[in-house]
Amino acid sequence: MIASGFIALCNKEVLRFAKVGFQTIAAPILTAVLYLLIFSHALEAKVRVLGIGYTAFLIPGLVMMAVLQNAFANSSSSIIQSKITGNIVFVLLSPLSHTEFFFAYVVAAIIRGICVGVGVFLATIWFANLSFESPWWILTFAVLGAAIMASLGLIAGIWAEKFDQLAALQNFLIMPLTFLSGVFYSIHSLPDFWQNLSRWNPVFYMIDGFRFGFFGVSDVSPWISLAASLGVLTVLVTATLNMLRRGYKLRA
Amino acid sequence: MKDIAVSIEKVSKRYGQTIALDSVDLTVRPGEILGLLGPNGAGKTTLISAMAGLVRTDAGAITIMGHDVQRNYRQARRALGVVPQELAFDPFFTVRETLRLQSGYFGAVNNDDWIDHVLVSLDLVAKANSNMRTLSGGMKRRVLVAQALVHRPPVIVLDEPTAGVDVELRQSLWRFIRELNRDGHTIILTTHYLDEAQALCDRIAILRAGRLVALDTTSNLLETCSGYLLRILLEGDIPAPYANLLVVSGGWREIELKSFKELELILSAMREGGTRIVDIEINKLDLEAVFLRIMQKESGI
Ligand SMILES: Nc1ncnc2c1ncn2[C@@H]1O[C@H](COP(=O)(O)OP(=O)(O)OP(=O)(O)O)[C@@H](O)[C@H]1O
Ligand SMILES: [Mg+2]
Repeated sequence: MIASGFIALCNKEVLRFAKVGFQTIAAPILTAVLYLLIFSHALEAKVRVLGIGYTAFLIPGLVMMAVLQNAFANSSSSIIQSKITGNIVFVLLSPLSHTEFFFAYVVAAIIRGICVGVGVFLATIWFANLSFESPWWILTFAVLGAAIMASLGLIAGIWAEKFDQLAALQNFLIMPLTFLSGVFYSIHSLPDFWQNLSRWNPVFYMIDGFRFGFFGVSDVSPWISLAASLGVLTVLVTATLNMLRRGYKLRA
Repeated sequence: MKDIAVSIEKVSKRYGQTIALDSVDLTVRPGEILGLLGPNGAGKTTLISAMAGLVRTDAGAITIMGHDVQRNYRQARRALGVVPQELAFDPFFTVRETLRLQSGYFGAVNNDDWIDHVLVSLDLVAKANSNMRTLSGGMKRRVLVAQALVHRPPVIVLDEPTAGVDVELRQSLWRFIRELNRDGHTIILTTHYLDEAQALCDRIAILRAGRLVALDTTSNLLETCSGYLLRILLEGDIPAPYANLLVVSGGWREIELKSFKELELILSAMREGGTRIVDIEINKLDLEAVFLRIMQKESGI
C-alpha cells in the first residue's frame, strides 16, 4: 500500500501547477512550437539529419527538452517558493519521511514534464511525418529524463536561498546543458572536440535515447544512453535523499 | 511515561556563536496548560521547533507522548500539533483545501467531518472557500490553528497565537484553548502578554537566554509576589528610612507592600516629614511583576 501522506503531498504538488496551467503547461508548449516554426522554416529545405528530414528530427528533441526543463522547473520552483513563503513548515511538521517527501516532489514533477511533453508533441506532430519505431524507448527515456531533472530541481530548490540563485542555475547550467545536447543537431555534425565534450553532457543521452524510440537510429546505442541515464539518476537520487535525510537547509 | 506528555531533557542548541538553548529540562504533564514565557530571543521558538523536529538539537532528548522526536519522529509528530509563530500560508489554495491537504500529510483521509467541526469552532465557515491570500491576518492566524488540529493531536503547541490579534479574536482564542484543554488536550503556549499567561496557564516556565530560569504553578509564582506595588510621586525631602526604601523609577518612587497597613505608615511618615504627595498609584502585584523580578535577578548574576 502506498502511504496516503505521500499521495496527499504529490496531489498538492500536481494541483499547484495545474491551478496555474496557463503558465506551467500552455506557455512552454507555445515556446516549443515557436522553436519548431522558426528552425524548420530556416532549415527544412537544406538539412537532413541521420537521414531524416529536419522538422521530423527536431520534434522529438523539442518534446524531450520541454519534458526536462519543466520537470526541473516544477520541483525547483515549488521548493523555493515554499521556503521563501515559509509554508514548507507544514510539510516538515508532518510525519512524512524524507523518502515520501522525495518521491512526492519527483512524481509530481514527472507528471508536469510529461504533460508539457505530450502537449508539445500534439502541437507539433502535424508538421512532419514521424515514425514510432519503439514506443517503449520513448516512454522509458521520457520518464527517466524527467526523474533526473526533477531530482536536480529538488537539489537546486533546497540549495538556493533566493530566486536569483535559482535563475542563475537555470540560465548557466540547465539551459546550456539542454541546448548543447543535440536537440537541434546530431552531434556527429560537430567537430571532434565538441563531439567529445557532448558525450560528457548527460542530457545528450536522454535526448538521443528518446529520439531512438522514434526513428530507430541515434548517435549512440540506446543501451548506452540507458546506462548513462540510469547512472546519473542513481547519483542524483542518492544525493537528494541524503540531503533530505540530514535536513540540509530545511531543518536548522 | 503515562503521566508525561512532553519530556525535555538537557536540550541544548547553538546557532554559530548564539546559544539558543542551554541544557533545558522541562516536563509537561498531560492535560495541563503550560505557559512558556521569556523575552525576545529567549529561545521559546527554538524549543518548540526542537519538539517539532524542525530544528535538530546538539544535545539532549525530547519525547512527545513517549515518542522520541528523532528516532520515532512519525509517532511523535502525529502526537503534536504546532501553530507556528510566523504567518505562513500557501497562496495556491483555499482554506478548506489547505486543511484537506494538511490532513492528508498526516494520513487522515475522509477527514471532512472533523474539518467542518474545526471550521465552526474557529468561526471560519464563511471563509472556507476563500483563497488563503484574501484572508486578513487574524483569519490566517485562525487557519494556522485549524491546521495544527486536523490530525487531533493530544499535545498542542501555540507559538504566540494572539500576537497582533484584535480583542475579540483574542477572547475567542482563549475560549477555544480552554475548550481544547477541557477535551483533554495538553497545551503549551508562548505569549508576551503576561495577563494572558496568568489567565490561562496552570504552570509557567520562564526562559532567559536559552536557560530555564523559573518553573512553577501560576499560583505559586504569584504568591512569591503577593502584595501591592506602590508608585508615588513626591515633592520635597523624603523622611529618613524611606529615602532608601523607596526605589527611584523614572521620576516616581516604588515600593512593594505586603499589606495596606504599610501604606498607612508611609503616608503618615510623609505627612509628618512635610513631603508633598503629588500623585499615587497602587497595583496588585501580578505575573508581570514576578516576571520582571526574575529577569532582574537573572541579569544580576
Ligand atoms: N535559524 C537561526 N539561525 C541563527 N540564529 C537563530 C536562528 N533561529 C533563532 N536564532 C537565535 O536563537 C535565539 C533564540 O531565538 P528564538 O526564536 O527561539 O527566540 P524566542 O524566544 O522565540 O523570541 P521571540 O519572543 O522574539 O519570538 C535568538 O538569539 C535568535 O537570534
Ligand atoms: Mg519566538
